[in-house]
Amino acid sequence: METKEKKPLEKVCIICAKGNLEDVYASLVMANGAVMEGIETNLFFTFFGLEGITKKSMNHLHTATTGNPAMKMPGGLPFPTMLGGLPGVESAVSSMMRKQMDELGMPPVDEFLEMITAGGGTIYACRLAVDMFKLTKADLSEEVKDIITIGEFYELCDGDRTQIIFT
Amino acid sequence: MAVKTIAGVEVKVTDDGYLEDMTQWNKEIANEIAKELNIELTDKHFEVLNYLREKTIAKEALTIRSVGKSGIVDIKQLYELFPKGPLKFSSKIAGIPKPTSCI
Repeated sequence: METKEKKPLEKVCIICAKGNLEDVYASLVMANGAVMEGIETNLFFTFFGLEGITKKSMNHLHTATTGNPAMKMPGGLPFPTMLGGLPGVESAVSSMMRKQMDELGMPPVDEFLEMITAGGGTIYACRLAVDMFKLTKADLSEEVKDIITIGEFYELCDGDRTQIIFT
Repeated sequence: MAVKTIAGVEVKVTDDGYLEDMTQWNKEIANEIAKELNIELTDKHFEVLNYLREKTIAKEALTIRSVGKSGIVDIKQLYELFPKGPLKFSSKIAGIPKPTSCI
């Protein structure tokens, strides 16, 4: 007989491997949303994703203005790739985007990380990537619990109602 | 939509158990919904619930961030008061609609 029993998620392990504004926020929104639903949440930052938990850069993330076909001008016209490459354009567009997100009530990255840990979510950095970028624990947000290997990360992903999400 | 008797009062609730009409709410109803969620309500809980109801009447969007900045509780305390459902459970107990915010 077919079983119709619902099996709610118990744990999510989210991997953030990219450092664009939108990629980091995608991970943060998903992690915070999971915590708010009472789902055990581990958030793992690796490679360029580390930008999102590095004190110096986390509140100044950029969105790519070249090589981003979805980028539009205010008003909806396509954003010319040539324009995106001009000095200062990426910075200006990114700060405009952060401002719009702020108006929607989206917190800056440091506050978002605090919200996730306040609810019991746990944030980790990848050992290999931290070494590669020559970072130390002191360079990272206070909300980062530990720098761990990918093996240790997989150990955190146990349980049959666990999902790994790669953003 | 269904009609459910909570604390001796017939109230209209959604399929998820949220009150359809927030004016039908009272403290006894709050206590009874909270009990179903294994939460024992204290004065601090009611401060949060009243805040949520005021903001809902004022048609302001609710997020755990805004509650955290309300001056009543910080986000950590909000999670302690309403474990595993800081906005969902508090909204349900406050008799207001299911939260539509993602943050």
